[in-house]
Amino acid sequence: MTKLRFAALVAAGLMAAAPALADLVVPNLSYRTGPYGANGTQYADGFNDYFTLLNERDGGIGGEKIQVPECETAYNTEKGVECYESTKGSGALIYNPLSTGITYQLIPKVSVDKIPLYTPGYGRTSAKNGKVFEWVFNAPANYWDGASVAIKYLLDENGGDLNGKKIALVYHNSAFGKEPIRTLQDLSAKHGFTLTEIPVDAPGQEQKSQWLQIRRDKPDYVIMYGWGVMNQAAIQEAANIRFPMENFIGIWWSGSEVDVTPVGAGANGYKALTFHGVGMDYPVYDDLKTHVIDAGKASQDGQHVGSVLYSRGLYAALVISEAIRKAQEIAGTSAINASQLRDGFEQLDITPERLAELGLPDFGPEIKMSCDNHGGSGMARMQQWDAEAGQWNLITEFTEPDQEILNPLILEDSEAYGAEAGITPRDC
Amino acid sequence: MLYREAGDFKTGYRADGQTFPIRLDRWGYYILLAVAVLVVPFLINDYWANAVFVPFLIYAIAALGLNILTGYAGQVSLGTGGFMAVGAYAVYKLMTAFPDISIVIHILLAGGITAIVGMLFGLPSLRIKGFYLAVATLAAQFFLVWLFNKVPWFYNYSASGQITAPTRTVLGHAVTGPATSAPAKYLICLAFVLVLAWVARNLTRGTSGRKWMAIRDMDIAAEIIGVNPLTAKLSAFAASSFFVGIAGALLFSVYLGAAEVGEAFGINKSFLVLFMIIIGGLGSIFGSFAGAAFMVLLPVLLKNLLVGQLGWPTDLAAHIELMIVGALIVLFLIVEPHGLARLWALTKEKLRLWPFPH
Repeated sequence: MTKLRFAALVAAGLMAAAPALADLVVPNLSYRTGPYGANGTQYADGFNDYFTLLNERDGGIGGEKIQVPECETAYNTEKGVECYESTKGSGALIYNPLSTGITYQLIPKVSVDKIPLYTPGYGRTSAKNGKVFEWVFNAPANYWDGASVAIKYLLDENGGDLNGKKIALVYHNSAFGKEPIRTLQDLSAKHGFTLTEIPVDAPGQEQKSQWLQIRRDKPDYVIMYGWGVMNQAAIQEAANIRFPMENFIGIWWSGSEVDVTPVGAGANGYKALTFHGVGMDYPVYDDLKTHVIDAGKASQDGQHVGSVLYSRGLYAALVISEAIRKAQEIAGTSAINASQLRDGFEQLDITPERLAELGLPDFGPEIKMSCDNHGGSGMARMQQWDAEAGQWNLITEFTEPDQEILNPLILEDSEAYGAEAGITPRDC
Repeated sequence: MLYREAGDFKTGYRADGQTFPIRLDRWGYYILLAVAVLVVPFLINDYWANAVFVPFLIYAIAALGLNILTGYAGQVSLGTGGFMAVGAYAVYKLMTAFPDISIVIHILLAGGITAIVGMLFGLPSLRIKGFYLAVATLAAQFFLVWLFNKVPWFYNYSASGQITAPTRTVLGHAVTGPATSAPAKYLICLAFVLVLAWVARNLTRGTSGRKWMAIRDMDIAAEIIGVNPLTAKLSAFAASSFFVGIAGALLFSVYLGAAEVGEAFGINKSFLVLFMIIIGGLGSIFGSFAGAAFMVLLPVLLKNLLVGQLGWPTDLAAHIELMIVGALIVLFLIVEPHGLARLWALTKEKLRLWPFPH
């Protein structure tokens, strides 16, 4: 009897998954729990708030309201798959799971279900090749762009010569962290620096041995590909061994307030890449304040507004909303479907003027996509942490990565994937 | 009144020794099989397959495997995640190296490879017991995950260290890869579950199972009555790892499609499967299924109830869900330390008497 009742409950509970919706649906596969929750929650807030702003201020996009149903993945691939399956039936237009692991999982699935996947600054780098990855977009920048821009920055610092320098890569021992290795190896061959790879197993609270190795090897620079609690631990350990912070560069996922504030003054001077602006000195925040925050509609009461990851979530939502607008324009209808949104993405062109119009002047690089380029220009800039003021300062302009190194690698990796998955590249 | 054994006469040892000696049970079992094979495949969709049935079936295989080792043979193992990884990487290497051979054979071979690895790590069980053995298998867990992360040959030198399952077919239907239909996924897992559960049932009630249980109950006494601890323990490790390896192979190839060893086969997986058999019931085939159902379905159910029905914020629901599952585990263990299987047996006892309790 108990079993029957339990079964009935299970059935009742499960049948109720994902209510049917009529508006534009942009699911937010977020994570607010687990070792990556501190980072994921800010991103999710920015993502939600931008769509709330569009709904409140403009009545949606092209007159269509946007629904952002949230689903908790805890950065776990199995839960991510469950979230994807439970939301895709509701007419989901696009997915942005903020996890490289989940992205790898979803790439084959979205290609079959014909739903675009937008992975700004993460995911599979070679998805930039739109000929093979028809449904995946990773503009404005990817991991390999990040690695290349970091090395370019170091070249500038050293008068264009890195010969004989030692660079250590501290990385999250997962698909995410392993992504830049091949690029950095090629770059080290080109520029003559030695590369040491130092993996940190997830989640990465314990990094004593890694930083002991760094103390012994005395590399000139440390590049970090970390996420979640690993960032704080690494920056703390670096401060403990008195590693010069200005020689410590994080990828954009290792450069938010939650990563540096726990270390206090010791984190002063730490650098990180970014592909968008920081802070609240943008006109869009006036609108956000009027329509979302003061109206009490902000995600989690707006406690993270203006932080780096909040800005990044906002930026992802902005690119998606612009793609929706473009798709509506091409399709001639406001109620677009997922494959029409894909066309919108392919013809997306966010010019600096358009960004200024949207209230975010000079916030991100120009994004121009095409059938074969799903990754934009790959430009990124450097920011530095000022512990006393408690803020990130942009210290370089947007820099182009070394496409001479990256393009062959992207071509090679995407073609290998195409061959393995049996995809014939499209003609563009 | 309804559930009774009166009038159910057995005329031979075979009839007496069958798995479901009570006619009503037998019918229930046949109806369940008929529904699982003939009805569910026609109703199943992607969500039900990927969120409910496929993970349940795969974890049921893993729980069966661990139950053979821990429940029947009494050897505690915390290496389940690592052994699942062996199955997953074995099937990946086989799938990509021999694309023309049927995936079913690859999955069985992956189980075989895992059995060999499991035996290797089972060797310490001849000298150590209990907590010490648990630590030795924990070492296997960490070593195997490290190995698959470290040696690029295992993931075919892909840039990210991820393994991705290419499309493979059985009888013309894709069972792995992105184009797999929900019924195909479900049926391939169901086929493995049915065969393996049948094997497990017959293994555990035959000579080998009796040897394992003798070792579990008292190894010295077992040795005195003629059970060879070497073969008994190693065969338990081999059989268990075979099951766990197949579960890992299916988890990667059919369910996830892409996997990363640290994330998909970490220590959490070992604990998850261990919880399944503890909650389900040690030394019980039904318990393996009940435990897998409990641990797989309850979080999904709670999530849909709290977020889908009540509209709670997702983070709050996720935290509450952890607390509810944890509290239920503790509650179950206090109320019935022998797991859901024992609870089910007690229910049947009561049902036999119902509605006349005396």
